[in-house]
Amino acid sequence: MAVMTMVEAINQTLHEEMARDGRVLVFGQDVARNGGVFRATEGLLNTFGDRRVVDTPLAEGVIIGTAVGLAAEGLVPVPEIQFLGFAWQAFHQLAGQLARLRYRSHGRFDAPVTVRAPFGGGVRTPELHSEALEAQFVQCPGLKVVLPGSAADAKGLLASAIRDPDPVMFLEPLKGYRLIKDDVPEGEYLVPLGQARVVRPGDDVTVIAWSAQVEVARKAADVLAIEHGLSAEVLDLRSLVPLDIEAIVSSVERTGRAVVIQEAPLSAGFASEVVATICEEAFYSLEAPVARVSGYDVPYPVGMLEDRYVPDVDRVVAAVRRVCDDAQ
Amino acid sequence: MTVNLRPVPDETPAPGPSLDELNATGELYRVLSEDGTGTVGAPPALPDAEVVAMLDEMVKARAASDRLFALQRQGRGGTHAPIHGQEAAVVGAVAALDPAWDWVLPQYREPVALGRYGPEIFERFCLYQRGHPEGGHIPAPIRVFPVQISLAAQVPHALGLAWAMQLKGDPGVACVFFGDGASSEGDFYEAANFAGVLKAPVVFCCVNNGWAISTPLSQQTAAESLAAKARAFGFPGVRVDGNDALAVYAVTAAARARALAGGGPTLIEAVTYRMGPHTTADDPKRYVPAEERAAWEGRDPIARLRAYLEGRGLWDGARQAAADAAATATIDAAWDKAEAATVDPTAFFDHVYATPTPRMERQRAELNERLTEVDGTEA
Repeated sequence: MAVMTMVEAINQTLHEEMARDGRVLVFGQDVARNGGVFRATEGLLNTFGDRRVVDTPLAEGVIIGTAVGLAAEGLVPVPEIQFLGFAWQAFHQLAGQLARLRYRSHGRFDAPVTVRAPFGGGVRTPELHSEALEAQFVQCPGLKVVLPGSAADAKGLLASAIRDPDPVMFLEPLKGYRLIKDDVPEGEYLVPLGQARVVRPGDDVTVIAWSAQVEVARKAADVLAIEHGLSAEVLDLRSLVPLDIEAIVSSVERTGRAVVIQEAPLSAGFASEVVATICEEAFYSLEAPVARVSGYDVPYPVGMLEDRYVPDVDRVVAAVRRVCDDAQ
Repeated sequence: MTVNLRPVPDETPAPGPSLDELNATGELYRVLSEDGTGTVGAPPALPDAEVVAMLDEMVKARAASDRLFALQRQGRGGTHAPIHGQEAAVVGAVAALDPAWDWVLPQYREPVALGRYGPEIFERFCLYQRGHPEGGHIPAPIRVFPVQISLAAQVPHALGLAWAMQLKGDPGVACVFFGDGASSEGDFYEAANFAGVLKAPVVFCCVNNGWAISTPLSQQTAAESLAAKARAFGFPGVRVDGNDALAVYAVTAAARARALAGGGPTLIEAVTYRMGPHTTADDPKRYVPAEERAAWEGRDPIARLRAYLEGRGLWDGARQAAADAAATATIDAAWDKAEAATVDPTAFFDHVYATPTPRMERQRAELNERLTEVDGTEA
C-alpha cells in the first residue's frame, strides 16, 4: 500500500497496463509530449515510445472513431477526451458507433476501448470543462459507465476497464485528481465493474453518490454523526452501467431512507434512475420520500457562481435531515 | 497476447497512372472511350479473366440491386439504396484490393458489389435487407465492415484499421467508400486530416454520384472538385471517371501501392451518376432535371465495359446470358436463404455486451415470460 493521489494512481495503472499488454495504445490531445494536461499520462511516451503513445489532432470525433477501427484490428485503445464537455463533439462516434460495434457486427467485433475523460466542477475552468454528462452515456446501450471515487478504485477500476471486452467511459473527477488521496494497493489490483462500495456503514439513511460527490457524502456523514446524531451509510456506485441494484436495494431496505447526490442537472439525471429503482424494488421499506441533491436545470455556470451549483456538504446534510424528519 | 509492433515494409509502387500528376492537373482520368469501343488511356496490366470477372460482378450487382428493390416493393425486404449507374466505381476499386489484407468499409450502396470478398457479403446483405440481426455480421476473417448508415462515420473507422495495420506492419490498406454528400461531414475532414499526419494506408473512395438525396453537388460544396479537398490534407486527390471500371481500377491500384510503400493516403473522387432514386423511399422526379439524367443514359458503366470486352472478343451474347444466369442463381440462393432464416424474438439482447448486464438479463427474462403468456411463443 502507498498513499497516492487519484491522478498518480491513474498514471501508475496506465504504466502497468501498457507494460502488461503490448496491444494497449494511449492517444488523445496532449497526452504524449505534455503527459496530459493533468499529467495523467506523464512518462508514458518515454517508457513506451511514440508508436503506442500518440498526440492526435484536436478532433474528438476521429479520436473515438479511430478507436473503433483499432479495436476491430485487435488493439486495445485507451483514448483520452481532454474534458468530458468536449465529448459532445464525438457523441455520434461514442453513441452511434463505438457503443454499437459489437451489436452492429452481431458479435464479430469486440470493442475493448477505454475512453478516459475528466469532468466535474469546482475548479474555475472555462465553459464546457465541467459538465457532468454521465447520464447521457447511460442512454447509450453498449457503453459501460465507470466513475472512480477514490484513488484505490481509480487503479482497480481502470485496470478492469482496460481489460474489459466492451467500451467503457472512464470518467475521472477533475477536482479529485489531487484532492482525493488514499491507500492504493501495489501490483495487480482489479475492482470488478458493477460492484458498489460501502464507503461508510450506517443505519439511519443511505446516501448514494459517485465520483467526486462520494467525498462530499462522506464529509456530510461525519457532520450528520457529530452534529445531529444521525448514522448515514455512504454508498459509492462506482459504475452506473453495470448498476449494482442489489447493493442499493439491500442498503435502503435496511435504512428505510435514501438521498441520492449528483452534479448533473436534476431532470432525468442518473439520480432519477436510482430513485426509480428504489421505488420499484424497495418501496415498502421506505419510511420517507427519497430525496435528490443535484445541480440545477441550467447550463453549468461560470466560476463566480459554480459553488452555489455543485452539491456541497450543507445541502447534503439538509437533505438527509429532511428525509430523517430531523427538526431543522 | 502481445501484438508485434513492426515498421511498415518498403514496397516498390506498381506502374500505373501518376497520382501526383493527376492531383496537379485535376484531370479526369479515363481508360475507356465513352462508348467503350476504344481506349483513351493505357489499360491496366490485368489478366483478361480479371476484367471479365469485373463485368460479371457489375452485372450481378445491378441485378441484385434491382431484385432487392422489387422485394421491397413486394413487402418482403426493407428500404434499399440501389446501385444502378455506380457499379464500376465500386467493382473497379475493389478489384484492385487484396482480400487477404485490405479492409473494405462500405456506406450502404456498395454491398451488392463486393462479391470479390466472397459470397457471404451478399448473403449477409440479404439478411440485412430482411431486417435480420445477423445481416450485420460479416464472418471473420472477411475484411469487410457492416453497412454504415450514419454518413461518413465509417471514415474514421477506416483510419483506425489502417493505423493498426501500419503499427503491426501488415501489408494491407483500408479502402473506405462514401459519397459526395458524406464529404461534407466532419468525420471525413477529421479522418482525412489525421490520416495525412499518420501517413496511414487509407484509400478514400468518394463516389460522387451528383446527388445527396435531393441536394445537388453545387449545393454540397463550392470546392473546385471533391478531389481538390485532399490538397489541404497534404496528400493527392485524383478525379477518375467513375463509369470506367478500368480507370477506377488503375487509380485504386496506384493509391494502394502508394499507401503500402509508406506514401500515405489518397483521395479518389469517382465521378459517376445515381441513375435511380436515393432509396426505395425516394422519388427523384421531384428534383432531378430529366435532361441531366438523360445525358448520363449514354454513359452506362456496364454497357461501356461490355463494348470494350466485345471488341476484344472476350464477351458476346452467350457470355452475357451466362452472366445473367449466374447472377440470378446467386441472388435466388442468397435471398431464399435469407427469407428462410428465423430469429429469436428476444435476439435484440444479444451482442450488446460480451456479458449482458444483470438488468438486461432481467428484462430478457420478463420479455420471455410475457411472450409465453401472450402468444405462446418462447425463445
